[in-house]
Amino acid sequence: MGILVHELAHARSGDKGNTSNIAVIAYDETGWPILRRELTADRVHRAFAHLGARSVKRYEVESLKALNFVLTDVLAGGVTRSLRLDPHGKSLSALILGIELPDQS
Amino acid sequence: MRLHKDRVRIGVGAGMADDRVGPAMQLLTQCELDYLVCECLAERTIARETLTLRKDPSKGFNPMLDERMRSFLPICREKGVRIVSNMGAANPLGAAQATLKIGHEQGWQDLRCAAVLGDEVSARLRQHPELMLNDSKLPLETILPRLASANAYLGADVVRDALGTGAQVVITGRVADPSLFLGVALHHHRWHDDDLPRIATGTIMGHLLECSAQVTGGYFADPGKKDVPRLAELPYPFADLSHAGELWVGKPEGSGGRLDRMTCTEQALYEIHDPRAYITPDCVLSLDGLHFEELGPDRVAVRGVSAASRTDSYKVVVGYLDGWIGSGEVAYAGVNALARAKLAAQIVQERFKLDGGVASEIKVDFIGMNSLHGSPTHIQAAEPYEVRLRVAARCPDRKSANLIGDHVRQLNMQGPYGAGGPLNHGAKEIIAVDTVLIPRSWVNPEIVTVGA
Repeated sequence: MGILVHELAHARSGDKGNTSNIAVIAYDETGWPILRRELTADRVHRAFAHLGARSVKRYEVESLKALNFVLTDVLAGGVTRSLRLDPHGKSLSALILGIELPDQS
Repeated sequence: MRLHKDRVRIGVGAGMADDRVGPAMQLLTQCELDYLVCECLAERTIARETLTLRKDPSKGFNPMLDERMRSFLPICREKGVRIVSNMGAANPLGAAQATLKIGHEQGWQDLRCAAVLGDEVSARLRQHPELMLNDSKLPLETILPRLASANAYLGADVVRDALGTGAQVVITGRVADPSLFLGVALHHHRWHDDDLPRIATGTIMGHLLECSAQVTGGYFADPGKKDVPRLAELPYPFADLSHAGELWVGKPEGSGGRLDRMTCTEQALYEIHDPRAYITPDCVLSLDGLHFEELGPDRVAVRGVSAASRTDSYKVVVGYLDGWIGSGEVAYAGVNALARAKLAAQIVQERFKLDGGVASEIKVDFIGMNSLHGSPTHIQAAEPYEVRLRVAARCPDRKSANLIGDHVRQLNMQGPYGAGGPLNHGAKEIIAVDTVLIPRSWVNPEIVTVGA
């Protein structure tokens, strides 16, 4: 069994045009190195590819123990023209928290 | 007015167009504010208000302005609290005049309101069809015939200058959200435009506060994992900012919600791309080194940001008409529910075509299964006991957009058995937005005062 991101971190998503950013913030010092090592841009991209994500870029803010993922073209046109029920992608933070990371033991 | 006090207190009166008024009144009555800032303008709101203004020149500003000002003005007058807001939307002068009228009705004869004009740049843009749209990567030319609005994100300098007129109420159109707050700091503390450490602090203050309750426990709760006490009584935040550039964020003593390192961290990164280069009209902010210290249940110290000089351009948000969207929903439950929902979706699309409906895109969702996250490849979703079908269509005309929802609504009699709660959500005209960058020299902001 792996470990869910949800056990290590909390998250918030926001939108600008057709781009979503999702901040993933470690609860503590234990989770932070695991997130840094395992929650790669590639892994996040795989979890969001079916929503149309063209690219995923990861930024780190050490002082906040946070990773910020920027996902382009993932909002089906963005809040003003998307046909989606959640055009802002407010619910997307929950998708990232559902990613399973490899077993650490 | 308590000008040049060493520590200024700035409260949040709203973080979105239709935000609640109650928590703003709580701040005004309990927290000894110096300023109240109301951020009420989402990306596309100004385009809608521009269209409203064309139909009725007395409108085009935030529809809640009347309710807010009637509530805020008496106590702001009594306590000497000055108001800054982008509630002006497409008609800041009209909004300032409407505010003045309310003040006069309430007996505030020497009220002065300042309107910030000049963010509207559509005439200028029409001369430059070659400008590239940042999102679509197409030239502006492609949307010019359908252009509804074009507004530059102005900076803190216009807010500072408007407060400099002595106005008790400052109303703007498009001003970058954090700049509304930084502008107060520039005015109150007489900070210089090029004092980058202080500009950085004023900008993170604005960024943390601009979404009202999102820093005090809104958009946060995850029961059992991240609980928020008394979420129903969610308060709005305020900031204390010293002349030297020390910053604290607070909420009313003993209020509901929560304000701590976790809520502040989530909001600090909200809608940020590169945390080392958050571009505002006033600076390029870096969150590298940002940290929060919890000083008590209602108070957090904010430290560690820095900034580089502002860029040479203004960002302009353009709104353009982009057809219509229609949608409808209906639900099925029990044995074979999903199969019935799928059959219903197929029928709706066929009937829509038979009736001459035109759509460039149709989206079918099964709410409870795939309407929010699609169908992630790494998750095997079980078939739910109940499922709600949603069909949405992008259409060139209102008639088609309405037709799609009509066919969903009619499924209770003319589709598979057991269709519950059918609804046509109706046709909505779409105002899409995109952005372009323009040289600063193309924008000439102007401050106009009305009243005393």
